[in-house]
Amino acid sequence: MAHSLVPVTPRWPGVAAAALVLVLTLGTLAAVGWRAEWGGGLAPADWAAVRFTLVQALLSALLSVLLAIPVARALARRGFYGRNLLITLLGAPFLLPVIVAVLGLLAIFGRGGLLNDGLVWLGFQPLSIFGLHGVVLAHVFFNLPLAVRFILQGWLSIPAERFRLAASLNAPVGRLLEWPMLRAVVPSTFLVVFLICLTSFAVALTMGGGPRATTVELAIYQAVRFDFDLGRAALLACIQFGLCVLAAALAWRVTGNDPMGAGMDRVVQRWDLSRPVVDYVVILLAALFLLLPLAMILFRGLPAFADMPATVWAAAFRSLYVAIGSAALCVLMALALALRGGVMVSVIGVMPLAASGLVVGTGAFLIVFPFVRPADIALLVTMLVNATLALPFALRSIAPSVAQINESYGRLGLGLDMRGWTWLRWVVLPRLRRPLGFAAGLAAALSMGDLGVIALFAGQGQETLPLAMYRLMGAYRMETAASAALLLVVLSFALFWICDRWGRGRAEM
Amino acid sequence: MRCSGFVTDGGAGVLRCEDLVLRQGAFSLRADVVFARSKVTALIGPSGAGKSTLLAGLAGFLPPASGRVILDDVDVTEAAPGKRPISMLFQDNNLFPHLSVAQNVGLGLRPDLRLSEEEKNHVATALSEVGLAGLDMRKPAALSGGQQSRVALARVLVANRPVVLLDEPFSALGPALKDEMLDLVKSKLVAAGKTVVMITHDPADARRIADMVALVDAGEVHAPVATDVLLNDPPAALRAYLG
Repeated sequence: MAHSLVPVTPRWPGVAAAALVLVLTLGTLAAVGWRAEWGGGLAPADWAAVRFTLVQALLSALLSVLLAIPVARALARRGFYGRNLLITLLGAPFLLPVIVAVLGLLAIFGRGGLLNDGLVWLGFQPLSIFGLHGVVLAHVFFNLPLAVRFILQGWLSIPAERFRLAASLNAPVGRLLEWPMLRAVVPSTFLVVFLICLTSFAVALTMGGGPRATTVELAIYQAVRFDFDLGRAALLACIQFGLCVLAAALAWRVTGNDPMGAGMDRVVQRWDLSRPVVDYVVILLAALFLLLPLAMILFRGLPAFADMPATVWAAAFRSLYVAIGSAALCVLMALALALRGGVMVSVIGVMPLAASGLVVGTGAFLIVFPFVRPADIALLVTMLVNATLALPFALRSIAPSVAQINESYGRLGLGLDMRGWTWLRWVVLPRLRRPLGFAAGLAAALSMGDLGVIALFAGQGQETLPLAMYRLMGAYRMETAASAALLLVVLSFALFWICDRWGRGRAEM
Repeated sequence: MRCSGFVTDGGAGVLRCEDLVLRQGAFSLRADVVFARSKVTALIGPSGAGKSTLLAGLAGFLPPASGRVILDDVDVTEAAPGKRPISMLFQDNNLFPHLSVAQNVGLGLRPDLRLSEEEKNHVATALSEVGLAGLDMRKPAALSGGQQSRVALARVLVANRPVVLLDEPFSALGPALKDEMLDLVKSKLVAAGKTVVMITHDPADARRIADMVALVDAGEVHAPVATDVLLNDPPAALRAYLG
């Protein structure tokens, strides 16, 4: 029945957005492919980087998912005071700048951290967090909450009637209901986490390093920054791209879930539970693992907050300007693509998911290097790349709403002769306010915390707040770094909150 | 009561389908009929017979496979829906929920809502004609179902296009409210000289306001016949449907 006709809007914005995405993904890829020095093949160090990248991603994904299962199970079947808040907080690491979390983890597990203080006090040798276990630890910190949300959704998608039926039959709930659900949900969750861990440059930069703990992305960074060996950087970028495409293709086949999805405020009513203690212990441990590092940032950062050097504030303003520009561009591109619609657009919309910021950055570096000093356009490139990398998330928030508006009101608009700007202004934009606000907040927060491309490009005068933090940590100025981290967290979440709040502004939608 | 302002000139409103063939997937509908000027014609027939398809074709939402739609000797087959002298009310989503009542009605005058003072007065007059005076600033969600239908009717009034197509816009209302709305269609649209084509499942609706009834059955739109004549002595196909 649905013969869908839609009021016409101009075509060129969608075409322009698609072109920009293509230049930044395929264009930069072509640049690295062209510059790559294939002749020498892969050096042993390169193979080691590939191996380490895969091993740490596998371990991180495995641990995240294994630990997430009991947490999700406990959350699915226990109602307690603060449960909804905890579940909301589980969504927060997505917006949390990586470098902040790393600093928090160092405050617990690092050299002068709580754990080592305790070990030394008990007479043991202190542990070093750097290397494989540090990378995996940081990845689990970030991806455990994501995995919990995925799997919790799986648990809550089992209809309550099934549990009732199983209870009345005295059937084993685990084998009958939970195991099939896990078999459907766990593989996709694993792949998503694996993909994220393949492309998390900031974690490798801060927790890894050295010949035994270098990821491909870190090797790219070192080739550009330290050796200025662009041919090798390009070759590594090609390898990284191959890894990402492989993982993204796998993930694409098995996922359809939305980690930001709502509707998790329900507790499954169960009749087969006896001892609640285990569940509560699991929940408590998970909450401690996630919240303690952040509490440490607050604890260590607050005292020195007023004494932060002017350079940190300057970096903060630079970050704000990049984040706001990137969010605006990202939302405009997403809107233009969503209005354009079609298969090509959805393909272009997910392409950045398979792109690594470092690969895009290397390509951009190679493209601009002959013409300008990369440091001169560091912020502009960062803005463009961040907008593109956030595009899939923005599109996922905006496109379904555009489709729904067209479905519900397309005919009415056509019948009333509403076209172009009139249609956008009176129908599309007001009705899209909520997803637009959410997408803008997401893009702004992601860009605010990004430590990727900027590390490749920036000199001393262009550092953003995350990069300034990283340099403070490198200089062992941990107190100041913690203050900067505090500022970064506050700014990131404030940007998200303001945009999202604006989107929810009207009640009668 | 003031309505002379939006009465169309007497000659307008003869809607003709010439060998019109509409296709949706495997389904195809043939129509070669005339809908008389300033009359209410009810389309009746089983579900899936093509009543909505016909209205979609007349309104321009479904390009015909062949044939022509002619309004007062002007071929409108190729015209975009918003450019045809036709207003249509759908089963649902007739109002934009984020716009006020006055804005929803104003869209019938100017799709970009740049209304002059005179046009704003026009909107207010139309609202009071359908019994909604003073509710201009409300959002549709703050109105009852019947009131929402009245807003949509007010928009049809101000748009003042000679043909009005009703795709069961009142089907979600209770029987009493629906009758009230049908009476309003009769008293406002018909009195203003509109040619109305409406879909119905209920012969009582047809008896209430329709001058003519056209049977739609088996992929064919039959010629409209005077309501009493058709319903008092229904042909076999209609008898099968009415039971």
